[in-house]
Amino acid sequence: MYLLLSWRNLWRNKKRTLIAAASVFFAVILAIIMRSMQNGSYTYMIRSSVKFYTGYLQVQGKGYWENRSLNKSIIIPEKQQKEILKIPHISSVVPRLEAFSLVSSNKVTKVAKIVGIDPVAENNMTDLDKRLIKGKYLTNTSSGVLIAQGLADMLKIGVGDSVVIYGQGYHGVIAAARLPVAGIVKFPISKMNNGMLFLTLPNAQNIFSAYGRITSLAIMLDNIKNQTGVLETLRSELNNKYTLMTWQQMMPDLVQGIELDNASGLIMLIILYIVIAFGVFGTIMMMTTERTKEFGILISVGMKKAKLIWVTTLETAFLAFLGAISGALFSLPIVIYFHYHPIPITGNAAPAFELLGVKPIFYFSTDPTLFIHQALVVLLIALATALYPLFFIKNLQPVQAMRG
Amino acid sequence: MPLIELHSLSKVYDDTAFPVHAVKKINLQIEKGEFTAIVGPSGSGKTTLLNLIGGLDKPTEGSVSIEGVDISTLKSSELTNFRLHHIGFVFQAYNLIPVFTARENVEFIMLLQNVSKAEREKRAIELLEAVGLGDRINSRPSQLSGGQQQRVAVARALASRPNFVLADEPTANLDSSAAESLLDMMAQLNKDYEMTFVFSTHDPRVIQRARRVVILQDGAVISDA
Repeated sequence: MYLLLSWRNLWRNKKRTLIAAASVFFAVILAIIMRSMQNGSYTYMIRSSVKFYTGYLQVQGKGYWENRSLNKSIIIPEKQQKEILKIPHISSVVPRLEAFSLVSSNKVTKVAKIVGIDPVAENNMTDLDKRLIKGKYLTNTSSGVLIAQGLADMLKIGVGDSVVIYGQGYHGVIAAARLPVAGIVKFPISKMNNGMLFLTLPNAQNIFSAYGRITSLAIMLDNIKNQTGVLETLRSELNNKYTLMTWQQMMPDLVQGIELDNASGLIMLIILYIVIAFGVFGTIMMMTTERTKEFGILISVGMKKAKLIWVTTLETAFLAFLGAISGALFSLPIVIYFHYHPIPITGNAAPAFELLGVKPIFYFSTDPTLFIHQALVVLLIALATALYPLFFIKNLQPVQAMRG
Repeated sequence: MPLIELHSLSKVYDDTAFPVHAVKKINLQIEKGEFTAIVGPSGSGKTTLLNLIGGLDKPTEGSVSIEGVDISTLKSSELTNFRLHHIGFVFQAYNLIPVFTARENVEFIMLLQNVSKAEREKRAIELLEAVGLGDRINSRPSQLSGGQQQRVAVARALASRPNFVLADEPTANLDSSAAESLLDMMAQLNKDYEMTFVFSTHDPRVIQRARRVVILQDGAVISDA
């Protein structure tokens, strides 16, 4: 009956209730769409970035990240790699042996990053073959190299030419080899395009005398949400023998960029929340003060103040629920539509995204927690306005109230 | 033991700047089954006296005892509970809950008393039939005339099975026939159930019907007959 009383009280002034509920409704829609676009874009950007090279996680030798020395390389046998791949939510593991070395052809010599890869695993994660602009992609038995297009231009070489690698191998051993160019790959990031060279992992391990060794094992996950869980499992399975790096540690610039953008989004949300709070508060205040006499009568006839406060709080809850739930439901098809039809980014911003190897689109997240969180926040804000009737009724004197 | 006993009851408003002595040292006893009218011109202290008897206001001096309980010593929450179980109220402006039907208005008081749903419904219908509104139980206050609303208010006041009913100018907003009809009904309830009624009024029709008339002037009892 209290529920009935609250519900009917709410509709005493239909227009006012509808206007207040509409303000919550539109605010929830706006908040959900805004956060869906922001969170979706972050997730997309992170996934694109980690897929581009680093993976969500990397297993490395202790101290490798700081000095990138082959002496910090590790041995993770193929059997153990397969065991790691069996951990739930890990979609691929990519072993790499990386070393910096001189690369020459004719009279030109440059410094490049030499990366030994498992061609199939690498391709599964980074789609390296899609970057091929000339020649053939590597196979497990290839003896040739894939050279980045900018580096190939500087060395003035093409497919079928030879390239000489000369550098330092594991524990100071001289590393030298002459290898044929099997293909040329193009990267959107100039630093990579001007200084990378790929060959098969066994080939690289031979050249650098790092037999069976790798410098990193990049790990891809099915969903970023599972990162913490996988990290914990890996920690316990690898017995703290190696360093586990997260994408946040490997790409701090990306983390900072996201945090900065997220902060500006949150400021917008807070402004929106304040607007909602005042809208609902105005309605609740009117609904309360105009019924002063009625409250006085109800207390006079024996209604406890606590019950009266409960009835008015229910009114606010109904109002907020009405706006929040309908707003969340209405925004659902909008968000789903844009999830499958992302908004393309045009103008000057587009090349900046392409430079990072990320498609210039605003991707929308359909994460259910997004809807629940926004609806809950707005609901809580609305409920906070119920403090007004609470204090109003608490201090109400029935005789004065009945006098109006 | 009298049902209601007022002992040297006084109420002074704004006692620091310009004190208004609304009620002055009233001693009064009302027995069970009385049909008492408290009469006096506007400003004589009728409503203040009713508020004090009903525990809606605290006396400045003196005490109000209901069946031996000094309600002026009760805490606010205890008073609310006491009113709910011992006193029925009828107000001048009916003051029904506008979003509830007649039946729901009557039931609501019993809900506050935690009476079971079945019992509430049964008793609400019985009471509304007793006040002559058996055919309007599902009407909202806005669909009822002033007289009918005041009958619902009486039914509501009786719903909690109170010891007595306090009615503040119950006929003030009613036309002659509605007022007569309401008074007939209340007199019948008084006779049939020995329900005690205490009215504040300056309506001669009510005064004529009352078996005891207490006249107030400037907050003091000048006649009790």
